[in-house]
Amino acid sequence: MRTLFVLLDKEFRQFFRNPFLPKMVIVFPLMVMFVIPWVATLDVRHIDVAVVDHDCSQTSRRIVAKVAASDCFTLRKTAGVYGAALRSLEDGEADVILEIPRGFERALTTAAPDRVSIAANGVNALKGSLGGQYLMAVVGETVAELAREQGRVPPDETLVVQNRYNPTLEYRYFMIPALMIMLLVMLCGFLPALNLVSEKEIGTIEQINVTPVGRLTFALAKLIPFWVIGLVVLGLTMVVARLVYGLAPAGSIPSIFLAAALFIFTMSGLGLGIANGSANMQQTMFVMFFFVMIFILMSGLVTPIESMPRWAQYISRFLPPSYFVDSMRALYLKGATLADLWMNYAALALFAVVFNGWAARSYRKQL
Amino acid sequence: MMTDVAIRVEGLVKRYGRVTALEGISFEVRRGELFGLIGPDGAGKTTLFRLLATLLEPDAGRAEVDGCDIVRDYRTIRARVGYMPGRFSLYADLSVEENLAFFAALFGVGVRDNYDLIAPIYRQIEPFRRRRAGKLSGGMKQKLALCCALVHRPAVLLLDEPTTGVDPVSRCEFWEMLARLRDEGISILVATPYMDEARRCDRVALCDRGRLLAVDTPRGIVETFDCPLYALSGGDMYGLLKAARAETGVETCYPFGAEHHLTVGPEFDPGNFRRRLADAGFGDVDLHRVEPGIEDLFMKRMRHE
Repeated sequence: MRTLFVLLDKEFRQFFRNPFLPKMVIVFPLMVMFVIPWVATLDVRHIDVAVVDHDCSQTSRRIVAKVAASDCFTLRKTAGVYGAALRSLEDGEADVILEIPRGFERALTTAAPDRVSIAANGVNALKGSLGGQYLMAVVGETVAELAREQGRVPPDETLVVQNRYNPTLEYRYFMIPALMIMLLVMLCGFLPALNLVSEKEIGTIEQINVTPVGRLTFALAKLIPFWVIGLVVLGLTMVVARLVYGLAPAGSIPSIFLAAALFIFTMSGLGLGIANGSANMQQTMFVMFFFVMIFILMSGLVTPIESMPRWAQYISRFLPPSYFVDSMRALYLKGATLADLWMNYAALALFAVVFNGWAARSYRKQL
Repeated sequence: MMTDVAIRVEGLVKRYGRVTALEGISFEVRRGELFGLIGPDGAGKTTLFRLLATLLEPDAGRAEVDGCDIVRDYRTIRARVGYMPGRFSLYADLSVEENLAFFAALFGVGVRDNYDLIAPIYRQIEPFRRRRAGKLSGGMKQKLALCCALVHRPAVLLLDEPTTGVDPVSRCEFWEMLARLRDEGISILVATPYMDEARRCDRVALCDRGRLLAVDTPRGIVETFDCPLYALSGGDMYGLLKAARAETGVETCYPFGAEHHLTVGPEFDPGNFRRRLADAGFGDVDLHRVEPGIEDLFMKRMRHE
């Protein structure tokens, strides 16, 4: 116990003496929290639209005016012929073409209205497909409005979608818990790994290895500082989320910290295990990047696991972050409780035990 | 269990893949002995140290340090041995006193517990005790490393090339410290590539390419040099080397500092040799008998292997 204290004292001294690390541990999360929620957004705004109005009726003008007024769209071009609009799509000037056919207004009153055609640029798939959907909504809305004004029955039942938990479907609220998780992956996975492997490179580990220090004590001394750092960083990012983005966790804060602690144990154990198995920085970094890439892309952090192929969903069950991602979103946005998520907590606890056990075992005092 | 043997090595073999670093070496270091391991780079010295410090496991053979087997009793050995690796491996970002206190604590002792042992060395670096270890000079680093290796009063001290890269004055001081520690009853195994340091050891082992060439006192080793040795010098040293090597009776001729050393056979005649060199255009040469040193023996043994 005393030995552990001595080792921890040394780790913290070294950490705070490092000219770079303490600043980085504070600045890096702040930068991410201040900048990324604004830029990494899937809320599509300012879709460039080219309009081909063959109808030139009151209805069609109203649709075009509505498109031009919307924050979602920027009206780039009003063309008389489809070919001109298509060229602007090819040139990248427009993302979507809205073509209103001749006789559109007149046909509205009849049973079989002519179809409005929407052509989207698939190169930016997200912008194109969302732009198409938004345009359809605008057209439908305008037609319904007009129908009501003229005392007619709106032509179609309008489908109403209500988004629960994130009512405005603010992508930012979806991203912020994900950013917290990414930060924990980076800090609590990479830092212990690099710390240990640098002792290998400098050769100081050799001097430690000839002392009677047990490997569990040594491993704990390497892990505990990064557990502390991880929890501090989590607290910091939660404060930023509250103050800057007005996002307070809907669930309880202790259960968030418990889930985070279990996840941090897992990541730091993985980092240490990888460092034990590698001889230098390059190896450690490369292997860490491999895992981190898979963790970030396959754990539902950016894209939902449900939309992955079945084999990938199966793999994601073996990735510790997938349980943490699920828990964090549920805790932060849905206000889930520990009881709702006990399976996730159990899975994370299991991963933590397995990874740290592996890290302590794989640390061999003989080289 | 006190034995009069501090280190016993029996047929120790260590391979790294297809390279054999140690080819079955055997020797003993007696208790209270300052034992030198002399050999060029690549002789397997560091491998031997790491085996004895329980950082490696041997492929064959066995070894005991302070009566403990290096494989079976590695935990006991770690508490009783002070090991100083060839490369400076203390924490550069901790201060002198922090390093010392840290290693003392890892061995479960306080700096004050064995202060009498380290005091003569530590006093020399004490004025810099708040300086980061990484900012010390080479000689001071070695002294700090020695303090850290001694802080738990080990029975056996393993020093892997402690004087490599250290200035001559500090080297000299360092060897005086080792002699004093030996007098305190600590058994010391020290490796060095410098032959002149061998004279300061009680006994030395000459090693090369994973084998021991000889184990004896420095004097005893020199006495096994059983043929006459001459020193030769003149104007064109390189031409002289080639000319001397071609002469009958000359067994070997090798550059040795400012001179060439010649080992010769029974048919060698100095007068005749001088005349023949003069005929070949080397008129003004100096040839005289010299006492062999450890280097000469080393050259001879290496050639015989």
